[in-house]
Amino acid sequence: MKVKVISRSTDEFTRERSQDLQRVFHNFDPNLRTQEKAVEYVRALNAAKLEKIFARPFIGAMDGHRDSVSCMAKNPNHLKGIFSGSMDGDIRLWDIASRRTVCEFTGHKGAVRGLTASTDGRILVSCGSDCTVRLWSVPIATAMESDGTSDSSNKPLAVHVSKNALWAADHQWDGDLFATAGAQVDIWDHNRSQPVKSFEWGSDTVISVRFNPGEPNILATSASDRSITMYDLRMDSPARKLIMRTRTNSISWNPMEPMNFTAANEDCNCYSYDARKLDEAKCVHKDHVSAVLDIDYSPTGREFVTGSYDRTVRIFQYNGGHSREIYHTKRMQRVFCVKFSCDASYVISGSDDTNLRLWKAKASEQLGVILPRERKKHEYMEAVKNRYKHLPEVKRISRHRHLPRPVYKASALRRIMAAAERRKEDRRRAHSTPGSMPKESVRKRRIIKEVE
Amino acid sequence: MGARQENGTPRKLASVTEEEIANVTDNEVRKYLRGEGANLEVWTIVVTSWDTLDESPENFMYLQVIQDKKLKGQLAFREELYGKSAKAAAKAEKWLMPTEGGYLDAEGIEKTWRIKQDTIAREVDISSSKKQYDIVLPDFGPYTLDFTSSGRYMAAAGHKGHLAIIDLQNLGVIKELQDEMMLIGVTGIVVNENVEFRGRGTLMYVREAVRDVVFLHNELFFAAAQNKYLYIYNRDGTELHCLKEHGAVLKLQFLKNHFLLASINNFGQLHYQDVTTGEMVNSYRTGLGRSDVLQVNPFNGVIASGHSGGTVNMWKPTSAAPLVKMLCHHGPVTGLAFHPNGHLMATAGMDKKIKLWDLRKFQVLQTLPGHAKTLDFSQKGLLATATGSFIQVLGDFSGSQKYSRYMGHSMAKGYQIQKVSFRPYEDVLGIGHSMGWSSILIPGAGEPNFDSWVANPFETSKQRREKEVRSLLDKLPAEAIMLDPSKIGTVRSARKKEKPTKQEREAEIEAAVAAAKSVLLKKKTKGRNKPSKLVKKRQQGIERAKRPLLEQQMEEELSKKKKRKMSEDNQLPKSLQRFARKTATA
Repeated sequence: MKVKVISRSTDEFTRERSQDLQRVFHNFDPNLRTQEKAVEYVRALNAAKLEKIFARPFIGAMDGHRDSVSCMAKNPNHLKGIFSGSMDGDIRLWDIASRRTVCEFTGHKGAVRGLTASTDGRILVSCGSDCTVRLWSVPIATAMESDGTSDSSNKPLAVHVSKNALWAADHQWDGDLFATAGAQVDIWDHNRSQPVKSFEWGSDTVISVRFNPGEPNILATSASDRSITMYDLRMDSPARKLIMRTRTNSISWNPMEPMNFTAANEDCNCYSYDARKLDEAKCVHKDHVSAVLDIDYSPTGREFVTGSYDRTVRIFQYNGGHSREIYHTKRMQRVFCVKFSCDASYVISGSDDTNLRLWKAKASEQLGVILPRERKKHEYMEAVKNRYKHLPEVKRISRHRHLPRPVYKASALRRIMAAAERRKEDRRRAHSTPGSMPKESVRKRRIIKEVE
Repeated sequence: MGARQENGTPRKLASVTEEEIANVTDNEVRKYLRGEGANLEVWTIVVTSWDTLDESPENFMYLQVIQDKKLKGQLAFREELYGKSAKAAAKAEKWLMPTEGGYLDAEGIEKTWRIKQDTIAREVDISSSKKQYDIVLPDFGPYTLDFTSSGRYMAAAGHKGHLAIIDLQNLGVIKELQDEMMLIGVTGIVVNENVEFRGRGTLMYVREAVRDVVFLHNELFFAAAQNKYLYIYNRDGTELHCLKEHGAVLKLQFLKNHFLLASINNFGQLHYQDVTTGEMVNSYRTGLGRSDVLQVNPFNGVIASGHSGGTVNMWKPTSAAPLVKMLCHHGPVTGLAFHPNGHLMATAGMDKKIKLWDLRKFQVLQTLPGHAKTLDFSQKGLLATATGSFIQVLGDFSGSQKYSRYMGHSMAKGYQIQKVSFRPYEDVLGIGHSMGWSSILIPGAGEPNFDSWVANPFETSKQRREKEVRSLLDKLPAEAIMLDPSKIGTVRSARKKEKPTKQEREAEIEAAVAAAKSVLLKKKTKGRNKPSKLVKKRQQGIERAKRPLLEQQMEEELSKKKKRKMSEDNQLPKSLQRFARKTATA
C-alpha cells in the first residue's frame, strides 16, 4: 500500500521574518473561482463608476494674455514649454509645470497668426497680420528653470517682411526650412531674408500649413477657397488639390502613420484622409456642433484633439467616428487652438477668453508616480471594462458626458436635421427612376473634386 | 487502484528540457479554456427549399457567419489571447504547483476500501496523523459541522446547545465562555493521544437546541439556527443579531459571493437575507412542508432543497417559482450534495437509493443502492455518504463519471452520524455524530494547492481584513444567480414570437367590438335617420372591426393545418409520397 496525504508545514507557506513579503500562491483552477463571469461583470461596473467619479480633467488655466489666444506651438525639445500668440501681437513662452509665463516676445504690431519652433527648440518663428515673419531665440531650458518667474523680454533675431498678411507658419520636422501661408505659400530658410520658394494655386488666402512628419519635403495647406492642397518642395508647382464643400480650418498629420492626415472642417466634422488617395475620406469624425477650428494629433498617433467654435474641446480616436471625450468649462469661450503635449498625457487649449487651459488627456488618469501594484490594478480594471463595454449598464455609465445646454440642444437639433434630410432623400429616391439617385457615402459626399 | 491523482506523479525536474516545459497537451489546456471559443471560419448551410430530399446545390444557400472584417479580426485576436492565457495556466499547473495531491494505492490483492484508518495513520507523517481524532462529547450530540472556505476553522454545533469554533491548524478551541464549558472541556474530550487542544478557539453553551451552524464570509462571524430563532454570533461568542423573521430554522446555507444567508424553516419557508445590509432579499413558501435538506450549488449559487415527496427544487432569490423541479426519489429526500464543478448532483432518499444526476441534462447518471443520511463532495470530486455509524467514500476513477467504492470507515457501534463534511484543501473528512465529532483521513480528497487570492489557510489578520474589503467590493447582486452563470455578457438568442392565447384573442375582438359600438354616428337629414338604418350601420361597423382579426385567426389555423399535413407527408415512405395529396385541405 502506498499512501500520501496533503501535509503542509507552516514554515513553507508563511514568511520567515516579519520584514518579508507575504507569500502568494496561485492556482488557476476554474472550480476554485466560481461565478467568475458575474464577478468580472461587477468589477467592470465598479470600474466604470470609479472612472466617472475620478474624471477630473481640468488642471488649471494659464492667465496672462491681454487678448484672445490665436495660436500655439509646442517646443519639440522641451516637454514643459509651450508658446502662445495672441491677437494683440503678444507671444509668450509658458512653463506648463508651474503654469507661469517664462518670457514674452514682443514686437508684432498686429495679431500673431502663425507660431512654430524649430526641431532643436532653439528658434521660434512667428508671423502675423502685420506682414512680418520674426525669428526669436528661445531661452535655454536651464535658464528657464532657474528664473522661472522673470519676464525677460527678447529681441527678435531677424525680421522678414512679406507682401501680404500671413495666416500660418510651420517648421519642417527634420530640416532648416519653414513655411508661411498667406496669399501664397512661402518656404523660408533660417539664414535667408527672402523666401527660398513660393507656391501659388488659385487666388484665395491659404489659412493653414503643416509639414509631413515622415517626409520633410511634403506639406499640406488648406485655403479659404475650401481646398486642401499638397505640395512637394522638390517640384516647382503644387502637387494635388482636393476641393470640399466647406472650408478646412486646420490640418494635422498623423505622426505614426505619416501618409494620413485629418482636416478640421467648417461643417463641424473632421475628415481623415489618406494623402495618396484623396477621393474618399478614411473616416468622418462627427460630434462638434460648430466649426472645428484647430486639430492636433497625439504623438502616439492613436487619437487627436480638436477645438471648436462651440466652446468645447474634444478628443477623438484616430479611427473613431465619435469623440471619446468632451471638455468644457463655464468660462471657456471659442477655442481657437489646441495642442497635445509631447508626452501624450496633457491637452492644452487656447481660447477667446485670453486663457490657455491645461487638461488631462485621460480624464480619470491618476497623476504622479504609480506603484507597480497600483498600475497592475488599473490595467486589470481597464481590461475588464473593455471586455464588458457592450453591456448596457457599463455602456451607459462610461458613455455618459455632461454637456453644456447649448451644445446639447444644438446636437439634438443637428440629429433631427440630419434625419429629416435623410428621410427626404430616401423619399426622393423612392419616387425617382431606380438607379438615377445613387446612394453617396458620407465619406464621399463632402468632396467636390480632386485636381492634379 | 486508480486512486492516484494525475498530478501526484513524481517529477524529475533535473532531466526536464525546455521543450518539455513548453509542451502542454490539449487535454490539460481545455480545463482553462472554459468552453468552446467562437468559430470564425464556419459556413452555415441554410436550406432554401422545403423539399429536403432533393439535395441539389441550388436548394442550399451558404452564409458566412461573420462578415464584418474588423469584428472578425478583433475576435480572432481575442481568441488567440484566451488560448495563450489558458496555455500559460495549464503550464503553471503542470510545473509551478508547490504541493502534490494525496493518493492511496493498493498493491496486489489489497483493496482500497479494506484499508483501515489505523493503517493509514501508521504510514503517514506525524502532522497528518494528528488530523485523525475523535472528540467525545456525549452530552450534547448529535453534532453538525461547517468549515470556512479556507478549511482552517471549523464550527461544530451540538443539538443540545453546544457551539464551538475550532482553529484546526493548531487544534485550539478558541474561547471558553461559561463555566459549564470548563466542565465539558475537562471531562468530555477523549482524543487520539497525539492530539491536545490548546491555543485559541471558542466553546459556548446556549441553553436550547442548535439545529445548524454556518460560517459567514470569514471565521469572525457565524450563524446558528437555534430552537426558535436564527442568531448571528461573532468569534468571541457575542450575540450580534437575532433574526426572528426566519422562524425556527432547520438548515442554513451561506452564499459567499452574494453575502446571502439562506435558510429553510420548519414550515418549509425559504428566506434569503443579505448579511451586509440586513435586508431580507426575499422569502418564499416552498409549499412542500418541512424540510431539512438544503444545499447551495457552488458553481452558480442556486439553492436546492430536498422534500419529503421525493422532489428536489432549485431556487434563486429573484423568482418565487422554483427554477427546476425534479422528482428524484420515491420517498423523502434525505441528503443532497453538489460537485464543485456544478455539473453533478448526488441525492439520497428513503427509497434506499443514492442517485447521481447530470445537471446539464437533468438526467440520472448512476443509481447506487443504499441509504445515506448525509452526503458531501470533496474538492477533487470524491463523494462521502454516511448512514448509521458507517461512512463510505466513493470515487470516480474511470473518468467516465461512474462512481465506485474507494474507502469505508465504521464509527464505534451506536454512533449516529449526523453530518459528513470534507475539509477544504486537506485530505480530511469531518464527521459530526451523536457522540461528538471525528476526523478521518481520506487521501486524494482535497485540492493540494490553494490560491492566496481565493482562500488562504495561512491567512494573517491583515490579509483577512483586506480580503473582506475586496470581497465586499466584488459582492454580486442577487440577480446574478442563474442556472448557467456563463450566460452573463452573452447575446440572448431572439425569443420566439409568442402566439396570442385564445383568451387574449377574444379580448382583442371584444375590445374592437366595443370601440366600434362606441362610435358616434352622425345625424342625417330627415328620412335617412331611421333607427333601423342606424342599427344596420352600427352592425356593419362592428363586423368591419372584427373582420381583420378573424381573418388573421383563420390564416393561422390554415397554416397550422398545412404544416401538420406536410409533416405527415414526410413521414410516408418515399415510394408512397407521390400518392399523398399535394394541396392542403381548405
